[in-house]
Amino acid sequence: MLLSILKKLLPLYCLTFIVISCNNSNTSNNANKLLNNADTLFGVTAAMANIKSGKYIPLYGRDSQLVTINSFQMDILPVTNANYLAFVKTNKRWRKSNIKKLFADGNYLDHWKNDTNIGNEMNANSAITNVSWYAAKAYCECQGKRMSTVNEWEFVSMANENIADARKIEKYNQQILAWYEKPNTSNNPVGNSLKNYWGVFDLHGLVWEWTSDFSSIFLIDESKNDSSTNKKLFCGSGKFTKTDLMNYAAYMRYAFRESLKANYSLQNLGFRCVKDSMINNEK
Amino acid sequence: MKNKAIHFIIIILFFISISACKNNSNSNAETVIDSRYSGESIFNLKGNWHTQNNETISLSALKGKTLVMVMIYTSCKAACPRLIAQMRDIASKMPTDKLDQLNFVLVSIDPETDNPERLKAFAIANNMNEPHWTFLQGTKTNVQEFANVLSVKYKQISPMDFSHSNIISVFNTKGELIHQQEGLSVNNKETIKSIIKEIL
Repeated sequence: MLLSILKKLLPLYCLTFIVISCNNSNTSNNANKLLNNADTLFGVTAAMANIKSGKYIPLYGRDSQLVTINSFQMDILPVTNANYLAFVKTNKRWRKSNIKKLFADGNYLDHWKNDTNIGNEMNANSAITNVSWYAAKAYCECQGKRMSTVNEWEFVSMANENIADARKIEKYNQQILAWYEKPNTSNNPVGNSLKNYWGVFDLHGLVWEWTSDFSSIFLIDESKNDSSTNKKLFCGSGKFTKTDLMNYAAYMRYAFRESLKANYSLQNLGFRCVKDSMINNEK
Repeated sequence: MKNKAIHFIIIILFFISISACKNNSNSNAETVIDSRYSGESIFNLKGNWHTQNNETISLSALKGKTLVMVMIYTSCKAACPRLIAQMRDIASKMPTDKLDQLNFVLVSIDPETDNPERLKAFAIANNMNEPHWTFLQGTKTNVQEFANVLSVKYKQISPMDFSHSNIISVFNTKGELIHQQEGLSVNNKETIKSIIKEIL
């Protein structure tokens, strides 16, 4: 009985669902159309790439500790202005004029014309920036996703177009460092870089990205001088070796993360979301 | 029958998808609740915590008292005992007739280990069992969020050990940050002064 009533109501629900999910469907872009695994909520469809589990030694690990990454999915693109606009349209407390000071500093969405207008000077299809850690967290959680950890982000970002770990390839390092020298890349559209080994775009080249545990990075140990202090990260602590060039780019990212506070909203800092993989992680 | 079951699942999924974004429909109600606190107040933080007495509370339940907060973990052997000593030193310098206006809150950065029973045992073992001491167990997510509010950095360096910054924070009765002291070697004078100013 109940089922038959529900069944009759089904077309209505589906219709509502379609209305909701189609809201703002114009925010998709070319790269978005390329991939599977679509996700919908507040009208934003974000394609995700599957990242297979693996092990690696990050630059800032303790005693060259091997880190295990469980398989997960990562947005292939950074969240864009248009995506974020759809988010604040339905989630009013994250609008520029409503944002609580606890959750974002005065620069929050500073580049937007107003609450629901990106303005003409900003590219709707470029990465959202001037958003705080709290805002990025809320955005991802609202979609049933989360921010990546530092270790996950670094794991995916060490890939070039062909291999999963390109950190020892000179060209890979040079390209990243060349970007670090280039000013004002944040208004370039997303999805125009080369697709990396995992199918992910723009980890390097446009904006820096928030990570969930950025605050676990402290290069100078604040608790006391215990063994976790990584002395090799200090300038002048020793001569540069060949691996240092590769580490330099990563060091820049770690140092940048260390300098952040969660309420900071910066012009060159955006985010993307990830989620745990549905596939069981093999141990 | 199979069809019906599938329809049923679709409907359920639909409701889940709507409720996942609760902020939409509740935004009005939320604004009303939040307007009791300023935008800087930590009482804007959502999320539940367990106390050492196994009560479930939100941070806003702490409103109305001046809060002295620190992040620790009970299995800590290095910095935390000194941090806790600092907290006790601060508490001991308070006028006893004003203690009911104060709440000394110790938030665990190790929510997997520090459950209410453990926190309670720790409180008793360290003579911090009076009503002006509160110990909180959160979830991994709300501990991370709270640490970010306090600008406390921490990371797990082994299953039993965390590295963390040593910051004691003072909040007024509305949950607004009014003072922070950082480091283990500082004396507590400035912090004590800021609390006394708040309760007199």
